[in-house]
Amino acid sequence: MIWNDEFETLPREAIEALQLKRLQQTVERVNATVPFYKETFRQAGIVPGVIKSLDDLQRLPFTLKQDMRDNYPYGLFAVPLEQIVRIHASSGTTGKPTVVGYTRRDIDTWSELMARSFVAAGAHKGDVIHNAYGYGLFTGGLGAHYGAEKLGASVIPMSGGNSKKQLMIMQDFGSTVLTCTPSYSLFLAEIAAEEGIDIRDLKLRVGIFGAEPWSETMRREIESKLNLKAIDIYGLSEILGPGVGIECIEAQNGLHIWEDHFIPEIIDPDSGAVLPVGEKGELVITTITKEGIPLIRYRTRDITRLTREPCICGRTHARLERLSGRSDDMLIIRGVNVFPSQIESVLFNIDGVEPHYQLIVERDGTLDTLEVQVEVNEETFSDEIKVLQGLAGSIRKEIKDLLGVTCIVRLVEPKSIARSEGKARRVIDNR
Amino acid sequence: MKVEQISIFIENKSGRLAEVTRVLGEAQVNIRALSLADTSDFGILRLIVDNTDLALRELKSHAFTVNKTEVVGVEVPDQPGGLCSILEILDNNRINVEYMYAFVERSGGNAVIIFRFDNIDEAIRALTENGIRVLKGEQIASL
Repeated sequence: MIWNDEFETLPREAIEALQLKRLQQTVERVNATVPFYKETFRQAGIVPGVIKSLDDLQRLPFTLKQDMRDNYPYGLFAVPLEQIVRIHASSGTTGKPTVVGYTRRDIDTWSELMARSFVAAGAHKGDVIHNAYGYGLFTGGLGAHYGAEKLGASVIPMSGGNSKKQLMIMQDFGSTVLTCTPSYSLFLAEIAAEEGIDIRDLKLRVGIFGAEPWSETMRREIESKLNLKAIDIYGLSEILGPGVGIECIEAQNGLHIWEDHFIPEIIDPDSGAVLPVGEKGELVITTITKEGIPLIRYRTRDITRLTREPCICGRTHARLERLSGRSDDMLIIRGVNVFPSQIESVLFNIDGVEPHYQLIVERDGTLDTLEVQVEVNEETFSDEIKVLQGLAGSIRKEIKDLLGVTCIVRLVEPKSIARSEGKARRVIDNR
Repeated sequence: MKVEQISIFIENKSGRLAEVTRVLGEAQVNIRALSLADTSDFGILRLIVDNTDLALRELKSHAFTVNKTEVVGVEVPDQPGGLCSILEILDNNRINVEYMYAFVERSGGNAVIIFRFDNIDEAIRALTENGIRVLKGEQIASL
């Protein structure tokens, strides 16, 4: 089943012709309306007319998350704020989040791409979609929601948390499609078992899981424990939100990226050189239809490879291999993006705390846990237990308030965190 | 009237406590009183020693986090109700006790309790005004 047959099965030459035209329009537009792009193009000697073929894309400079941070909040918007009908945000590398804006047309595009994604994943308009992605500034909840409504399915806007209630609603409302993070789906299965509910007997048929990396082994575990087809979805708020790429239920082998709206490239993360199709490297995406915040050659930091091998589902859009890691130090903890440097800035802001810290990430059963180890020094050491516990408590609260992630704070003895030459090894990921 | 006490931050790892006492032992420092306050994650070891400055130097050079706190050593009649009368005096003067622990040695026929107060000067004043004997630092060390 295909949502938009005409565009999803466009022959290769037609996709490329469309991409070229839309790329040229986008380059013109950002040059005229976004001071950041006007300046970076000028510095790189780019004149909009220089784009005559898709190969010319590599002549354009990259856009980094840092650029979004430097232009916080609305500096990269290509339209006046009055034309922005939705604002979302996600984690930046330090305190401030990355902000994205959507025009009405962008919301329509997003809904269309999510509808395509639902159908590719095996959902249809008769489904009852149980949306447990977080609603709010995070793009997951509302992105899936609007796509499900566009599809014509019946959406239950659950958001995250309150697991026992989720299960009750799943049973009573007859949810057939589940959307949430893969680790949360396993957590629900666990809670169900505790409550004496056999989650395999519910009406769930398909699960669309994303916002964090997950392996083939985890897929098999989820499919077996929940008795549904587990489909991978890819997205990032800078580019759109969920729905940038989706696995098809027919193949369950690679994420189709919607090439009529995005141009993917794979680059060598160190040199920036574009790699041939099939080689592993960092995914770079150029948006060619977005109006609110179009981005040219955005470095996603996700490591993957591209394939143009024909797919049994009939879609002609290229596929990304399942994402296998990042080229930066960002962590994803229970679906939330966390940069070690954000933890560092919290610690810096607390009097006397030296930023000798380490992050230990574990998967305790199904959910990720984050332990922040902070060295005590003479300035912070108090003779009173309650003062030290207060210190641990305020670090925990600051991290929760700023990053939205609950962690355990453990005070440790000085020098117990290994010092290293150059870049400190801040993160121990035991997952 | 004030006694110097050493506080040491100790992670809940095996061997840390033994390490502290080994360092002090090797430096020929004698522990006169001690108390260990613990949470699930860490402990604070409080010591009164016979050579505070030496102990601090040795512990710091072995990478322990230490600080010095002023506490008070109080003579308490060694009989039922002895401690209660002291605490009532403190209550009446609105002095808060952060923690306390007993000292092994006796002073004359009295027990000795080490107190940490929120307001040490007020506490000393209130106790001495009520005829309670507060020991000097050197007296504690030589008991």
